[in-house]
Parts: sequence; structure tokens; C-alpha cells
Amino acid sequence: MSVTEMFSYIQGFLSADQDIREDIRKVVQLLEQTAREILTVLQSVHQPSGFREIPEKCAKARELFSTVRTQIADLKTRFPVEQYYRFHEHWRFVLQRLAFLAALVVYLESEALVTREEVAQILGIEVVREKGFHLDVEDYLAGVLIMASELSRLAVNSVTAGDYGRPLRISSFINELDSGFRLLNLKNDPLRKRYDGLKYDVKKIEEVVYDLSIRGLAAEPEAGGGK
Amino acid sequence: MSKRPGEGCSRKNADAGRKHDADADQSSPIIAAFKVFQQELDTKHDKHEHLIKISRDITIESKRTIFLLHRVTNVPNAESILNEAEVKLDAVRQKIGQIAEALRGEDLYQFHRAFTAGIQEYVEAVSFLHYIRHRSLISLEEINARLVFMRTESEDPEDSAEAPPAGSQVVTFHVTPADYLLGVADLTGELMRMCIGSVGNGDIDTPFQLSQFLRQIHDGFSYIGNTGPYEVSKKLHTLRQSLAKVEDACYTLRVRGSEIPKHMLADVFSSRTALIDPEEGVV
Repeated sequence: MSVTEMFSYIQGFLSADQDIREDIRKVVQLLEQTAREILTVLQSVHQPSGFREIPEKCAKARELFSTVRTQIADLKTRFPVEQYYRFHEHWRFVLQRLAFLAALVVYLESEALVTREEVAQILGIEVVREKGFHLDVEDYLAGVLIMASELSRLAVNSVTAGDYGRPLRISSFINELDSGFRLLNLKNDPLRKRYDGLKYDVKKIEEVVYDLSIRGLAAEPEAGGGK
Repeated sequence: MSKRPGEGCSRKNADAGRKHDADADQSSPIIAAFKVFQQELDTKHDKHEHLIKISRDITIESKRTIFLLHRVTNVPNAESILNEAEVKLDAVRQKIGQIAEALRGEDLYQFHRAFTAGIQEYVEAVSFLHYIRHRSLISLEEINARLVFMRTESEDPEDSAEAPPAGSQVVTFHVTPADYLLGVADLTGELMRMCIGSVGNGDIDTPFQLSQFLRQIHDGFSYIGNTGPYEVSKKLHTLRQSLAKVEDACYTLRVRGSEIPKHMLADVFSSRTALIDPEEGVV
């Protein structure tokens, strides 16, 4: 094989690769659009009026997740299934956002941490790599961390809206998350960087709880939580 | 006051989770879930580290092979050096076999970053040897064809438990086109050194052959341009510098070769390359 032949062979490979990437980018753009729409719907829980409408907002968000499922199904057809990690960078960001949104919806509904299986089910994907397009554990954890900072904001806003029970429940939830993350041996990677931000969320919520406590506004932390 | 019980409770949870999670384990589904994640992440990181170690070994051995091959120009018995290099590369291939083994059932690209440096260095060494032997560019298929391994029983317990041992299996490793390309780009630097070295030894033919070959590779890279990965365009710049040096050496040989005694030629063009360098930086 001559040098020229070799290079044109490689060139063929590279342009095929580029075509796939362009295809993926288009679909991912649509996904990002949907993710933003869901975020907009969920953002209204920070409004004073939004607290009463949480179930409706969650239902609406769940409706939008069906769009996500079709878009991800489309994304799956754009590349060979065993080459997930080759193109991972293209959808890593949006998948983390979607994991966050799914986690937030589940938290607002049931005040529990979403499992990886639930996220995968909401997004219409798999949990383990062998079965196809899956949710990488690091992306799931990143999504959970994004939710933690969203919840610290929610704690502040729920006090403003007059819901004094919620910050206490968020506090114990975040604390549990924090101890969960402390079990992990993280490398010096993006996930670790994001985890380092968790302590500020914990601190913020503890301050809110403190403020409520010294004013006697959180008189019954257990029962008051039931609202 | 009332905050204390609430916070104290979760604190206890956190401490329990940190030390030993015997009771937290049952009480909290979150902690239980994170135990699973811990294991999963640790397994992944261990594999990554393992691959990095192998990749380092591959890099070191390949570099040594390249140094060995540079000695080819000033010894009478080239064949024995080439054979020695072949033996060294066989050892490197065994290491690549270990990578292939570790990657069985995994996504190659998930751990690609861990071993890409080693593979590039291997491509560089093996293509350098191939050039010295055959004066041509080794193809990607030829490289991959030699990276087929028979897996033996003895390696089984160490690496993977999920596959039942069933005789010897064939494990292959595929060098990706991008790694091949980057390895070839590195090769040009070695060829440049070989060119300068051979002039020092009074070999006047090799530089001309090398400049021809380098020009072909350079044309190939220009053809690919910026469709390739980002690193390729970076290496293209270095490639241009190498090519300029070699071309300049040939020029010097042609113009002044007849007037200057061979053993002094090396001095002549090493000063010329020093002159041309800053100029190249601008281009």
C-alpha cells in the first residue's frame, strides 16, 4: 500500500466519523431544547404561587419527558451501539441535565432520591452498558449533584413563600446525600469538582434551618414537615 | 434548640457512613445505593490505572527500541540490530495483549485515554522498523494483523471471572486510525533525526530517500488537513519543521557536497538548520 493510498483510506474513515458526529450534534441540540423546556416548567416552583402547584408542574414535566424518550430513541440510531463512549462527550452534558431534571421531579413528588433505574426508565434508556444506550454512573451522580444545589435554592425560596417545614426536610435529605457521596473515592475529575460544591449547598441549607430555629419557626421539625 | 435533634440525627448518619456503615446501611436506601456506586467507580478507576501502567511500559520499551534503531546507521551489521528490535517489539506486543485482555467485553473508547500514548509510541517504533527494512510506510492493517493474541488459560483468573475458560481464545487489539495517524506523525521526527545522523556518517543516499518519503507523508497529512482530530493539526506543524530540515540537508548536500569533505558536512547544515528554525516558527 502506498503512502497516498494509506492516507486516503484514513481520510475516508475520518470523514465518516465526522458525519456521525454531525448527526449526533443535531439530535443533541433538540434534546437540549427539550431539557430547557422542562427546566422552565420546573423553575416555577420557586415562585411563591408555585408551591401549591408542584404536582401539576411535575405532571407537565413528565409529559415532556416523553418527547425526551423519542429524541433519545432517535439518537440511539445515529451511531453503532458498541461505540457509546466514542461519542460520549456529545451528549454527556445534556444527559446530566436530564438526570438532574428527572431527579428533581422525583424529589418534588416523593421527597426521595431517584434511583439510577428510575432515571433510566424516565429517559427510556438502559442502566448497564451491555444492554445498549445507558446512563453512565458518573453522569447520574453529576445530575444528583446539580439537584442538590437546586434544592438549596428551593429551601431559601420556600421560607420566603412561608413553607417552614420544607427546609428541614431538604436539610436531612441533603445531609444524607452528602454522607453518600463521602463513601465514594472520587478521582480528580469533573465529578470531584462538582462534588466539592456540595458542601456549600449543605452549608446554605443549614443556615436556613438555623435561621428558622432561632426564631422558633421550625417548632415541630417532624410533624411540621407534613404541612 | 429544635434544630439540634434534626441536625444531630443526620450528622450521626454521616459519621456512621464514613466509618463503618453497619447500621446506616439498613436504615437508608441512599447509603445502600452509594455503596454500589462506590464499588462501580472503584472498579472502573482500578481498570483505568491498570491500563495506564501498561501503557507506560509500552511507551518506555518503544522509546528504547527507537533509540536502538537509530544505532543502525553506524554499525556494520544492521541485521542483528533489526532482529534485536524485533524481539523488543515482541515484548511490547505482549503488553498490548494485556491491554486487549483487560478490554475484553469493555468499550474500547471508554478507556482509550489511558493507553493512547503507549499505542502511539508503539506505532512509531513499529513503523520506524518497517521503514528501515522496507523503505515504505507500514499500513494500519499490517499493524493490526500483528496484534492478534491467543489467550492462555493461566491469565484467566487474574483478569476476568465472568468468561468461562474454554480453551484458548483469540483476542485482538485494534489500533484506531487516529492513533495510527498520530504515531506516523511522530515517526517523521525520527526520520528527520535519522537523516541528520546518516549524513554525519557520510551516507549521502539516505537523506534523499528520506526527504522523498517525508514529502509523501507531508502531502498525506495536508490532504487530511483539519478533518482529523485536533492533535493532528498540532503535529502537522512539527512535521513541517522536520521536513524543512531534511529538505535543507539535501539542498546542502547537493550544492556543497562536491566541495566539502564528507566528514565536515554535518557541521555545515546543522548551522543552516539553526538559521532556518525561527523563520519556520512564523509559518
